[in-house]
Amino acid sequence: MREKTWVDGLLDYFLDSSTAVKILASIIAIIGGLLVGLVIMLVLDPSRAFAGFSTILFGLFRNGTQSIGNMLYYAVPIILTGLSVAFAFRTGLFNIGATGQLTFGAFFAVYVGINWTFLGSFHWVVALLAGGLAGAFWGMIPGMLKAFRNVNEVVASIMLNYVAMYFSTLMVKTLIYNRSVARAFGPAESALIPKGFFDTLTNGSSLNYGLFVAFLVTAILHIILSKTTFGFQLKSVGFNRDASRYAGMNEKRNIILAMTIAGFVSGLAGAIMFLVPGRFLTIESNLLQEGFTGIAVSLLGLSSPIGVLIAGIFYGSLEIGGFYLQVTTNFVPELIEIIIAAIIYISALALFFQNAIYKTLKKRKDARLAEVPHE
Amino acid sequence: MIPVIEMNGITKEFPGIIANDNITLSVQEGEIHALLGENGAGKSTLMSVLFGLYRAEKGKIFVRGEEVDIKNPNDANELGIGMVHQHFKLVDTFSVLDNIILGYEDVDRGFLKKDEARERIIELSAQYKLKIDPDALIRDISVGQQQRVEILKMLYRDSNILIFDEPTAVLTPQEIEELMKIMKSLVKEGRSIILITHKLNEIQMVADRVTILRKGKKIDTLNVKDATNEMLAERMVGRKVLFDLKKEAHTPGEEVFACENLVMRDEKTQKAVVNDMHFALRKGEILTIAGIEGNGQTELVYGLTGLKPLEAGTVTLNDQDITHEKILTRNLMGLAHIPEDRQKFGLVLDYTLQENLILHTYFDARFQERGFLKKDAILEFAEEVIEKYDVRSSNGPTSMARSMSGGNQQKAILGREIERGTDVIIAVQPTRGLDVGAIEFIHTELLALRDQGKAILLISLELDEVMRLSDRIIVMYEGEHVGEFDPDQTSPEELGLYMSGSHRKEA
Repeated sequence: MREKTWVDGLLDYFLDSSTAVKILASIIAIIGGLLVGLVIMLVLDPSRAFAGFSTILFGLFRNGTQSIGNMLYYAVPIILTGLSVAFAFRTGLFNIGATGQLTFGAFFAVYVGINWTFLGSFHWVVALLAGGLAGAFWGMIPGMLKAFRNVNEVVASIMLNYVAMYFSTLMVKTLIYNRSVARAFGPAESALIPKGFFDTLTNGSSLNYGLFVAFLVTAILHIILSKTTFGFQLKSVGFNRDASRYAGMNEKRNIILAMTIAGFVSGLAGAIMFLVPGRFLTIESNLLQEGFTGIAVSLLGLSSPIGVLIAGIFYGSLEIGGFYLQVTTNFVPELIEIIIAAIIYISALALFFQNAIYKTLKKRKDARLAEVPHE
Repeated sequence: MIPVIEMNGITKEFPGIIANDNITLSVQEGEIHALLGENGAGKSTLMSVLFGLYRAEKGKIFVRGEEVDIKNPNDANELGIGMVHQHFKLVDTFSVLDNIILGYEDVDRGFLKKDEARERIIELSAQYKLKIDPDALIRDISVGQQQRVEILKMLYRDSNILIFDEPTAVLTPQEIEELMKIMKSLVKEGRSIILITHKLNEIQMVADRVTILRKGKKIDTLNVKDATNEMLAERMVGRKVLFDLKKEAHTPGEEVFACENLVMRDEKTQKAVVNDMHFALRKGEILTIAGIEGNGQTELVYGLTGLKPLEAGTVTLNDQDITHEKILTRNLMGLAHIPEDRQKFGLVLDYTLQENLILHTYFDARFQERGFLKKDAILEFAEEVIEKYDVRSSNGPTSMARSMSGGNQQKAILGREIERGTDVIIAVQPTRGLDVGAIEFIHTELLALRDQGKAILLISLELDEVMRLSDRIIVMYEGEHVGEFDPDQTSPEELGLYMSGSHRKEA
């Protein structure tokens, strides 16, 4: 017999573990998406394409800790909306309403942030929670419709996205409108999410304690899903609603809870996005993109909280890369959006990749076994 | 003589398993060749390769001595190979005629020419005594007749190599007998039949030769007249199999589970699918509800377990009215349920075996503490069940339920439900699609439970099983109770008459 080498070990590992193959498929999707971006850059401006491409990849190291701080700052809301989508998905629900929950949460967070100044040093915490609770309420609605009336949660939450958007516009205009600049007032100083030691650590980047919120939520959701009876039920309902009902689980309660928690997390994202200096609620009729990017990040992160955290940070690095791309070359930052879109497109073909990877690995293994000389 | 079909060294792999490992099969003209094996032995895969549904990685196929490359079912049809699938491929709302010519239509300037086809179908139907009306709609005819439509379809296409995939699973004893006659008359004409089955009696009834597969490998090809059932079973399973289970005398205790005047309606058609159904189950007995598939047994179980609401009637468990209780309450009050569809209801396929084993009991103090699952306790419990019920899988407690064979999935469900320690167990077709070895195991377990004083409600379509296990038999036809029987004083033939609605006892 030929000795087993590390290559055999690695092949066996991937062949035995479907998770490993899925991760590999995500990585291939990312590489594929980046290559699409590179090709577009080569077509647009061949001479600067490679310089621009390296900016996208390595932009986050451009300004030392400051750009890393900004990368994380961009990543936080995306991580949260990604977690929101992923958590609902594990219960078998597609939360396309993250953007609505985020908008609804953002309005309440900002409203509290402007008005409840009597709260002193707790002000930002309360504003943050107000955002989360408002988002939870907004997520609960499609959850209840699904549970009690079997209304498709995708349709319900898409429509609620627009309701949230126009509600926010209306409320901004009636309650917290700053006429002189045609947008909402900013939250009070005490309601801004503190930067704390990040300010000096990251050399004045925009990063704030929102990062801890993202970490904390990731950890909590991970624990719920992998360690608790509650998570056991949620996943069971997500995988097989009939078997869960048969086993006596209350699928309706689980659906409502899953959507409520998903909404809470999206609401937190909304609060964190707007409880910062220099960003204001507007009265434009645009859905906030972060909610949709969350779907992409959830997909890339294989709907696991830790996967979403990593994918969200990767997204942040592309964002910061896009920012520097705009500063240093004449490529438009929308290029980043195209790359993300290509990554999503390719991950949607993930099943194909998983099979292709599996077959390739299997062939490699067979070929190696065939090398064994006959005795 | 050149065989009509020769499959040489067929190897077909799926991720993780070798479904066919260097299998050789040769079928002579004019013979009925049975393909025997447990579930997962690779019978269906081998036939799918022959029918062009899968492509083998290795091996050659010869039809009438010539090497062929069968890429898809159309290639197979052109070579005269036809297949009756386990689940019929018929369009419910089309007529028999339309179904037969579908994909094979004769057309005149864009219009279908049905008259010639109709004549030919009537002719073929008469020739083989199939008794099929070409203008009946598929949804209006019985399952046995639908199967004969599938046979007609093959004959209409001049197929002379016919593959039957577990054809008797859905038939009554009378229908089985008729099918066997039809098969014999087909081979008399020089056609060849490959019969996929795991039922030994059928092989003895019709087959000339039998090829036995086990775990993807060919074990043997035998002449049926030289083979006994014991011999076939042993080669199929790989060990000796008990046929006659020891059954202690029937000593029923008090009544524990009963229903009265149960009525359930189909939501769409508003037809009563369960009508005035009643029974009373006592401790220490196996009460069987026999009937042909689709006569309300499935709905009855849904009603008893709370999966679907009742329109009328009462259900009592241990003298308590549970008619309006939730599923969870019924579970906790002592109702266990081995469901008919193990993949839809019985298991969460994307959960591991150990997770599936605690599906009803995860909230039990044994398995959780303040909402956190106790991994060690769960693992320990899973290892116990696996050991006790001989559940085999690739990775033990952490195997994905999806990756397990049907028999082992069923053993896992059985173990889980028994371990809940309830007084009443509803077992719905507990051996459906399982092989001899697994059936033997499950039957032994059920009889042991009965002897321990548990009350078992068995729902079964298999008359062998009904006769072997029951202490009392109730026949259900079109949702109604049409008669109660003592297994020692009835025969499968008599039950068959009640099951098909030709007889009924007035209550």
